[in-house]
Amino acid sequence: MTDHSLVATELSAGYDGKAILEGLNLAIPSGRITAIVGANACGKSTFLRTLSRLLTPTKGHVLLDGTSIHRMPARQLARTLGLLPQAPIAPEGITVADLVSRGRHPHKSLFSRWTRTDDEAVDGALAATKTFELAERPVDELSGGQRQRVWIAMALAQETDILLLDEPTTFLDIHHQIEVLDLLTDLNRARGTTVVMVLHDLNLAARYADDLVAMAGGTIHAFGAPEVVLTDQMVREVFGLESRIIEDPVSGRPMMLPIGRHGSAGAGANRR
Amino acid sequence: MPSPTIDRLAVNRRRRARRHSIAFGLLLALVVLLFGFTLSVGQSIVAPMDVLRVLSGEPIPGTSFTVGQLRLPRAVLSVLAGVCFGLGGVAFQIMLRNPLASPDIIGITSGAGAAAVFAIVVLQMSGPAVSLLAVGAGLGVALLVYGLSFRNGVGGTRLILVGIGVSAMLQSVIAYILSAAPSWSLQEAMRWLTGSVNGAQLQQALPLLLALAVFGSVLLSRTRDLEALRLGDDMASALGVRVAQTRMLVIASAVGMIAAATAVTGPIAFVAFLAGPIAARITRSNGSLLLPAALVGGLLVLVGDYVGQVVLPSRYPVGVITGALGAPYLIFLIVRVNRTGGAL
Amino acid sequence: MTAASIQSSSRGHSVAARSNRTRGLWLLVLVAMLGLLAALSVTTGTRDVAWPEIMAALGGAQETIGQAAVALRMPRTLLAVLSGAALGLAGAIMQGVTRNPLADPGILGVNMGASLAVVIGVAWFGITSAHAYIWTAILGAGGAAVFVYTIGSLGRGGATPLKLALAGAATSVAFASLVIAIVLPRGDIAGGIQAWQIGGVGGATYDRVVPVLPFLGVGFAISLLSARKLNSLALGDDVAAGLGEHVAAARGMASLGAILLCGATTAVCGPIGFLGLVVPHLCRTLIGVDHRWLLPFSAVGGAVLLLGADILGRIVARPGEIDVGIITALIGAPFFIWIVRRQRVREL
Repeated sequence: MTDHSLVATELSAGYDGKAILEGLNLAIPSGRITAIVGANACGKSTFLRTLSRLLTPTKGHVLLDGTSIHRMPARQLARTLGLLPQAPIAPEGITVADLVSRGRHPHKSLFSRWTRTDDEAVDGALAATKTFELAERPVDELSGGQRQRVWIAMALAQETDILLLDEPTTFLDIHHQIEVLDLLTDLNRARGTTVVMVLHDLNLAARYADDLVAMAGGTIHAFGAPEVVLTDQMVREVFGLESRIIEDPVSGRPMMLPIGRHGSAGAGANRR
Repeated sequence: MPSPTIDRLAVNRRRRARRHSIAFGLLLALVVLLFGFTLSVGQSIVAPMDVLRVLSGEPIPGTSFTVGQLRLPRAVLSVLAGVCFGLGGVAFQIMLRNPLASPDIIGITSGAGAAAVFAIVVLQMSGPAVSLLAVGAGLGVALLVYGLSFRNGVGGTRLILVGIGVSAMLQSVIAYILSAAPSWSLQEAMRWLTGSVNGAQLQQALPLLLALAVFGSVLLSRTRDLEALRLGDDMASALGVRVAQTRMLVIASAVGMIAAATAVTGPIAFVAFLAGPIAARITRSNGSLLLPAALVGGLLVLVGDYVGQVVLPSRYPVGVITGALGAPYLIFLIVRVNRTGGAL
Repeated sequence: MTAASIQSSSRGHSVAARSNRTRGLWLLVLVAMLGLLAALSVTTGTRDVAWPEIMAALGGAQETIGQAAVALRMPRTLLAVLSGAALGLAGAIMQGVTRNPLADPGILGVNMGASLAVVIGVAWFGITSAHAYIWTAILGAGGAAVFVYTIGSLGRGGATPLKLALAGAATSVAFASLVIAIVLPRGDIAGGIQAWQIGGVGGATYDRVVPVLPFLGVGFAISLLSARKLNSLALGDDVAAGLGEHVAAARGMASLGAILLCGATTAVCGPIGFLGLVVPHLCRTLIGVDHRWLLPFSAVGGAVLLLGADILGRIVARPGEIDVGIITALIGAPFFIWIVRRQRVREL
């Protein structure tokens, strides 16, 4: 797997003329898992959308290997950089295999035929996400966890070296959240894919990410290894919450425990 | 390294492709068959061999006129206009991921209608000039609706709602012009508004063929991008589709096709709207819907006109037939769309 | 309760008292406008009538053409006021019941349902009497309302604005095409239906207005009484139930009022669209979202708007007239588009 550099320089973007990102600079580490965290409306999703060209920046650039992604042919970009948006739509009645095959779109031109390579890519994606058994089932009938695995399979069939995901664990129960994050870790370890994702849960982000990006007010507040970024001071400044950071006894990564107004001794007084 | 799972995938994929071809083949056969049927069976019955002889140019007294001058232009125009309506309609529906996003509902048809009625009643025009104005107005309304629904890009749902509003306005313009119309032009305007292939002539097929060749090939060349758009704008964009550009291209060619057909036959109710969903049921979402929907559109107009002319006791223009048949299906469809939350 | 919230609630009380005064003032302004427009409506039209003749006509004289014209304008004015009030009120109720900013008797297909029922009645059952028209229209309006609401609330998320609007629009289109299919082969009734379909108050006579009065009266009463229930429903079904409201009954009662109003109006005037959409929105910007105020305001506002539109239709197209249904659509549709644009996409 080749190394790619994905860099945001002086990036500003927003909606309706209202700026959400303001002069943001960040180089995404290649071949690693990066999680973006932050309070609601801090610009996490906007950042991800700008990184993946869904949104055109008002100022600044997103450079992929030195070229602005907004000047690159769409198909060429889509062969290097994949994105799983928050609410993709499965056409009614489509089967899993058919949906995953759609990931091959950027590799096909108008008249090119389906090849063995395409079949291999789809097969590999189904195998990696353990969805081969579902291949002939309609996507509508799957559970939420299965469906998310299928969407990831589709993104895998696209065979990009960089994969961006917008809150891939929302609406999943804890079991399936872990399953999805494990899957993304496998992918990163086995294929060297650069994974960038927006995550809601600080502790899961610290557990699974090699690097954390904490955002506040449309810029980067802190960036680095979880041990460096996840501090009680950061949680206070970014989320406005008092907390204590301990070492996660399972992974050895940092872990945030919120304090709140009733957090300390006595809060359980009503418990029998 | 040979892998059994890849082979299984390939087998299933080929089966899906085969199913799509079979459905397409069946539809095509049905169009050809019914085309021949309407030529041979009408108020009088002409033997199939005689039909073939007339088509090959051999003069047969009486039959040459009935088949060659009356039935053939009707059937040809029906199929061509239907194909245009079907293809244009389904392109809109796929692009906006909603069967209700058909030109019937988002105001394009009303725009063409309002322009035609204005031309007939107020400007006292007739013939090709009316059609030309209708085409222009259809395109204009499409642009207007697109422009009005633009805000951080165009949301599909917003476009449909804006279209409903624009359509209501145009309908009231039509109503006003009709209410003030003298009776002789009222009749002409009403006939145009209902949509029919009455008085069809073979040379009218030329603009339709042209529209199909130009706009149809543009649409078909975008088949893959349209398929990607079914996964949502964001996903399509992530797959390397230039969403805005594709949209403009699809809108322009779909409207061009629909407007051309409208100019020749008037707005035949619900064909653009019905063709896609019916085709989706037939092909069971195996592969692209464009070509099957085009054929279904042709079938609808062909059969609707035949029913209105021959089967029913009194004669109706085809638009009334498709309108009456389409209404319940429209309601059935909205029930289904709402229940599943799904698109086409 | 903490000290801070107690303090803010007492301040809220004084705000409410003050705004009640402004609301009363606004209501007075609207009623005054209505009176002015009513006077204008009687005195203006396609024919210019001199003042002495108008005064004589108001006294009951009908000797000259001018006096006769004025005599015709009086029932017309009455009908415009009544149907405007009915449609404005019905729109406010529908927006409250469905919690949907796009709800309107026209958009939700209710008027078209009444229309289709009347057309079927005329074409197939040969109804002619005013009472038969009204009952048929009310039946059609009720059927369409239930139908559209049912299909609009199928599936995930219940009756969202988008689903309801689409269900209503689709139903309207479907009904309209059925109307054409029924009327077209019937040359004998086509002309009359065509004129009625556009929606207007021209040609009103007391004979046609009087039979709808009881229906409108009951409709107004039920509607105005449901204000408090609509205030609870505005918080969502679950919260309303938590506040002790019987949700289904509240919704049913308010809807019944709206259906009576729409059906009766449509029976006399034909389908008039968009009034019920525009009026409650305008009133909300004036006096806020409290239905106890919003409902009467929408009624008066609807009367003002419809009467104004009718007068406008008489003035701009002299010597002809533009039917009021056309004017309201031309004003209302851009308003509808504006509301759609203002909404955020995800909410739709």
